[in-house]
Amino acid sequence: MDLSTTYMGMKLKNPIVPSASPLTEKLDNIKRLEDAGASAVVMHSLFEEQINQESQVLDHYLSYGTESYAEALQYFPEAHEYKIGPDEYLNLIQQAKSKLRIPIIGSLNGVSTGGWIEYAKKIQQAGADALELNIYYLPTDTDMDGTKVEEMYVEVVRSVKKSITIPVAVKISPFFSAIANMVKKIADAGADALVLFNRFYQPDFDLDELEVVPRLVLSNQFENRLPLHWVAILYGRVKVDFAVTRGVRTYEDVLKGLMVGAKVTMMTSEILENGMKRITEILGEMTRWMEEHEYESVKQMQGSMSQINCPEPAAFERANYMKVLHSWRPDPTGKRM
Amino acid sequence: MKRMQVSIEGNEAASYIAYRTNEVIAIYPITPSSPMGEFADAWAASGVKNIWGVVPDVVEMQSEGGAAAAVHGALQAGSLTTTFTASQGLLLMIPTMYKIAGELTPTVFHIAARSLACQALSIFGDHSDVMACRATGYAMLFSNSIQEILDFALIAQTSTLESRVPFLHAFDGFRSSHEIQKIDLIPDDQIRAMIPVEAVRAHRMRGMSPDRPFIRGTAQNPDVYFQARETVNPFYLAAPAIVQQTMDKFAEVVGRRYHLFDYVGAPDAERVVVLMGSGCEAAHETVEHLVGKGEKVGVLKVRLYRPFSVEHFLAALPKTVKVLAALDRTKEPGSLGEPLYQDLVTALAEGMASDKSPFSKAPRVIGGRYGLSSKEFTAAMVKGVLDEMNKPSPKNHFTIGIHDDVTHTSVDFDPNWTIEPKDVTRAVFYGLGSDGTVGANKNSIKIIGEETDFFAQGYFVYDSKKAGAQTVSHLRFGPRPIRSTYLVNKANFVSVHQYGFVERYDVLKLAEDNGTFLLNSPYGPDEIWDRLPRPVQEQIIKKKLKFYVIDAYKVARETGMGFRINTIMQTGFFALSGVLPREEAIAKIKYSIQKTYGRRGEAVVKKNYEAVDGTLAELHEVKVPGKATSKREFPPMVPPEAPDFVQHVTAAIMAGDGDLLPVSAFPIDGTYPSGTTRFEKRNIALDVPVWEPELCIQCGKCSLVCPHSVIRAKLIDEDELAGAPAGFKRAKARWREFPEKQYTLQISMDDCTGCQLCVETCPAKDKSQIGRKAINMKPRLDMPAELGAHWDYFLTLPDITRNSGRSILDYTKVKDVQLKAPLFEYSSACAGCGETPYLKILSQLFGDRALIGNATGCSSIYGGNLPTTPYTVDADGRGPAWNNSLFEDTAEFGMGMRLAVERQNAYAKEIITAMREELGGELVDGLLNADQTTEDGIEQQRKRVAQLKDKIKNRRDPRSLDLQRIADQLVRKSVWIVGGDGWAYDIGYGGLDHVLASGRNVNVLVLDTEVYSNTGGQSSKSTPIGAVAKFASGGKRTPKKNLGVMAMSYGHVYVAQVAMGASDAQVLKAFKEAESYDGPSIIIAYAHCIAHGIDMTKGLQQQKLANESGYWPIYRYDPRLKEQGKNPFQLDSKAPKSPVKEHMYNETRYRVLSQTDPDMAERLLRAAQETVNERWQMYERLAQQDEQEIAKEQEK
Repeated sequence: MDLSTTYMGMKLKNPIVPSASPLTEKLDNIKRLEDAGASAVVMHSLFEEQINQESQVLDHYLSYGTESYAEALQYFPEAHEYKIGPDEYLNLIQQAKSKLRIPIIGSLNGVSTGGWIEYAKKIQQAGADALELNIYYLPTDTDMDGTKVEEMYVEVVRSVKKSITIPVAVKISPFFSAIANMVKKIADAGADALVLFNRFYQPDFDLDELEVVPRLVLSNQFENRLPLHWVAILYGRVKVDFAVTRGVRTYEDVLKGLMVGAKVTMMTSEILENGMKRITEILGEMTRWMEEHEYESVKQMQGSMSQINCPEPAAFERANYMKVLHSWRPDPTGKRM
Repeated sequence: MKRMQVSIEGNEAASYIAYRTNEVIAIYPITPSSPMGEFADAWAASGVKNIWGVVPDVVEMQSEGGAAAAVHGALQAGSLTTTFTASQGLLLMIPTMYKIAGELTPTVFHIAARSLACQALSIFGDHSDVMACRATGYAMLFSNSIQEILDFALIAQTSTLESRVPFLHAFDGFRSSHEIQKIDLIPDDQIRAMIPVEAVRAHRMRGMSPDRPFIRGTAQNPDVYFQARETVNPFYLAAPAIVQQTMDKFAEVVGRRYHLFDYVGAPDAERVVVLMGSGCEAAHETVEHLVGKGEKVGVLKVRLYRPFSVEHFLAALPKTVKVLAALDRTKEPGSLGEPLYQDLVTALAEGMASDKSPFSKAPRVIGGRYGLSSKEFTAAMVKGVLDEMNKPSPKNHFTIGIHDDVTHTSVDFDPNWTIEPKDVTRAVFYGLGSDGTVGANKNSIKIIGEETDFFAQGYFVYDSKKAGAQTVSHLRFGPRPIRSTYLVNKANFVSVHQYGFVERYDVLKLAEDNGTFLLNSPYGPDEIWDRLPRPVQEQIIKKKLKFYVIDAYKVARETGMGFRINTIMQTGFFALSGVLPREEAIAKIKYSIQKTYGRRGEAVVKKNYEAVDGTLAELHEVKVPGKATSKREFPPMVPPEAPDFVQHVTAAIMAGDGDLLPVSAFPIDGTYPSGTTRFEKRNIALDVPVWEPELCIQCGKCSLVCPHSVIRAKLIDEDELAGAPAGFKRAKARWREFPEKQYTLQISMDDCTGCQLCVETCPAKDKSQIGRKAINMKPRLDMPAELGAHWDYFLTLPDITRNSGRSILDYTKVKDVQLKAPLFEYSSACAGCGETPYLKILSQLFGDRALIGNATGCSSIYGGNLPTTPYTVDADGRGPAWNNSLFEDTAEFGMGMRLAVERQNAYAKEIITAMREELGGELVDGLLNADQTTEDGIEQQRKRVAQLKDKIKNRRDPRSLDLQRIADQLVRKSVWIVGGDGWAYDIGYGGLDHVLASGRNVNVLVLDTEVYSNTGGQSSKSTPIGAVAKFASGGKRTPKKNLGVMAMSYGHVYVAQVAMGASDAQVLKAFKEAESYDGPSIIIAYAHCIAHGIDMTKGLQQQKLANESGYWPIYRYDPRLKEQGKNPFQLDSKAPKSPVKEHMYNETRYRVLSQTDPDMAERLLRAAQETVNERWQMYERLAQQDEQEIAKEQEK
């Protein structure tokens, strides 16, 4: 069975790519992902503000209380060097490149234009095969309108593309007034792939302590629908590669992703929860399904159920929405209320 | 060869040579010598090698006694070994020093000479410690400047190897150990050239080896000990010549020439002062100045003080000398004179008796003391002494620098006489510790010292307060080496970095005419003049100062610098002082920023650059009007109601005029009145807590945790509030027992440090706005002035714990404890201190009958450092009786108090029993059989004692006279031994163990910060695995000692491990149980600390996390339960619910390791988790012990 695919010009042996997560913080794990069958890995994200913050926090606490009291002019020994900043991250890419055969995709989560370019260059220099820009921006400023936000995205992509030669994927959230147009703009700015969609981590609210608390919830299968939907709509209309991410849990999810038009499907929660062996299992199940259904290759199915190739394009649009709404009936047991 | 010039402090200079010329360095932290060990440790951690290509082994021991013994062992086994210490630390080394010298073992001990604890402890410099070692057989070499410290460290090292006589290399604590000067470094090849290879080999061959065994350290009898002791004489006789030869060789190799005694002055001098240490530098410049004016004066610098060479001494003096003044920086009460004086007298007598004397008539010798505890020793004082020597009958056994109006020893000097040269920039900077002033100035010295031909000197005066600490930096830059080893007394540049200072102090006192005054001010150049107090305006006009303002905090805010205005004010200094051209200066500041902060990351460098760039636009000259317009004066130091002593002595110290107080102002034996912090309103909080009565549930947690006792509560009757000022906050009391009363909670804003622990701990949240609690921080400046009056009024309200509440309130409840007035208040501890809440509880529960023996450390500094002290008294005048003996001996010190209390109690009982008839049987029986286990019982006993005293007050029979003095001992006393982990786990552990074993009724409170906090964060045996601390820069590799379990192993010791943030109720229970237990008790209290590198507002949260992760389980072990057949061990923590990483990685002490050595950090994190798991299992097993098993054990 030919499971191979291409993604941003890279030849991949199959369409399962673990996305950015703490799993890829260790060389060991990256190697194990490869062994389990991953066709490429997206490194965990290098956060520009985290580097800045680590630097500021370190400086703050190493300076705090110093040079104040004659007996204790410092409270910590000053080390020869501190491993803050991108060095560790870049080393890891270098090591991964030398130890692994599969492509390594760097991931960058930044805040300032200068920062994006600087770190993108460094990631390329470290040997990454491609770069994923993870643009995670919360426009909480009530005076900032959508156009400005969109311009910012486009500018980031354009400037990064200008400064490096490796392919660039852009991972965005679904929260745009005109997502289709936004994807097109990003593609026009030079993106080689769009990764749909980023998840925003919202805090939880603790009723006992009356506190707002951070709480990470892994993605579930239902969340898969949103990226599938949009890739299906955009496939063929915007000339970039697509990757589906969010709630990819089973071989069916992978197959769906491919059929709506994704070149690769990205998976993390499933691996975090059930182990790396899931990649091997899913690849096996996928192969079996494809054999049973007499498929020859992944390429054959890619985009087959996208809106442009679908017998019922309206299913993706408003008509479908109404149909779904009207299909809902109250649960007679009342339990689901 | 290219000169290697660096600007470093004395400690670094000594350590530099010691590190390069030794293999083993055994150390223990003590101020002001700690940095020597810290430098060595840091070099070793980063792999710096000595001249033989080996990284020295730097080991921290449990005490200086331990360090000396480890040095002795390493020397005996043939290694080149050294140590660094000071003060009490050196005293602890003395026994071993006799051994090392007796065995003719070459070594150099580098000493940052410091005062000894006598009537008081002092961390500052004099020669008392070194002089106490005169009899040990160590040679003594004194350095006077930073260059000499570097040079003499090497000369000492060579000399000890050549002579086999061990050396003390001493320099003045702080004045030299912490002064920064530009010096010439000695490169390794020159160091190598100075080290006698054969002598090193000989030392190795004398080392112990089973391959060529011998025995050393025998015991000898009367027949031979004496003769054997005399065998060393030839070595001491040879030593001076060897040192001089070494100095000559040093001159050849390095190019700087020294002699055993160096004379400076007129060749035909008639008056010569003789001294050692940094004072020589001041004397040197004074003498040169006076000789320039034709005076026949000189100074003799004693380099090698032991062995004292009469021959060299006489040869160094001009033949014309008529009067010699020996100046000693030490005091030996009862002696014929201080050591140098006595030596000079003897030397001259011996010289005159020999045929080698250069003098036809013996010069007169007078001796005097100067500079104790870093007391200033200025050019004016040198001149004062020289003037005295000119008198027909000069004073002998004099003092200089103080006014002794008791025994009239002091000689006069003119404090305004100065010889500060015009071409030297003399700058004084007033800052706060937290604003980074000192760090910036240290950078400026490096910039000017290392980038220009100027010589540079920096000396820094710090506060003894840990919260809101002020700093004064004294900097000099000039074309010649700077010998002014005293503070700047005429400044041509004065920079005030905190606006508040100009409103309170005379910051322009040191400004000289036509100087420059730079002020960090929120008010611009047009606004500032009218804001200044009158004395400041007057000085600006009178001294014709050029006056500039800068809004440094604005620049800091805009560039993300927060409160750190260091680089901004530094840029201001360079821009105005003209030491360097402006552009060049800015480039150099930036270069220095990169050097200093580069390793902490680009973001930090960037914001500092931005701050520098933002400075010049905000720097404005102020047009000074022709006359002072302000009507405002400086506020009084202390309120008018303060007692006489506070008005006249304490206030002068607070105002910075302590130097002017005469001897008669002081108590003769170190006894000071309690409760003086209340008169020092420091007003340092930017934000203060505000109480919201309608939200408050009156739980008392905020009050309990307040480290500075500024939050207090009372229950009062409505009618008692008749005179309450308008707006005085109160609420209906939520006490079942007191339904009719009113509850009020008040905050002393003037004493608050703004730490926020109260807000963090408050459990009551506004249901409509959860960010609002029952207590919230608000800007101090927004607070209405009348709140001060509310606090004053609050203090006058009656105290329910002294009347109706006495028998009702339950002090194992936080809610009730808040009503008890703390007898420990407004200490100088850090804002958000984790230790002081425990001490406050101690003072609330037992303060009126407590004796406290306090180990040296943070708790003795914020507990007992002048000018004002926090232990105070209740309305009856009772309160904790507090004393600090030493660092190492506190358990024993406290036990002594217990013994005294018990004996006096027994004697008092004996007397009243014998006087039964006179006193009345009922009273005597009542006194003898009193139940003093409750507050009420104790109060009843106090009443009986009052009756007793009343009955005997007029009696003059011996028994009654004795009883009048000890009757109070019939009331139960509570003896507390308080100290930190450095004391309990390390230096004092032997004593602590003994005292616990003794079974005596003492209570030990260990304030466990898991590090030597007071001396700047050195590792102790309490430091947890994985934590980075000084002397554990690579992360501590072994787990924390389990002190609680060790104490429990006795079976008869009450043991509690507590953490305020884990359970305040459990803390109270532990205190009550420990105190009530008639035997030894120990409470080990988790104290979060600034040395953990945490957000101090989250200290309690960290305690909670430490508890929840199982790292710090709380428990109580009560031997009384065993007697009842119950399990004595009560585990008060639930099973761990989070990994240790969760609390550890919130703290810089752990997290920083993951940034320096991530692999090690991970290994140690795993090991930390394993330790926690293992220990938790053990605690669980203990807690589940079967009651039958216990009963069986009891039977056995």
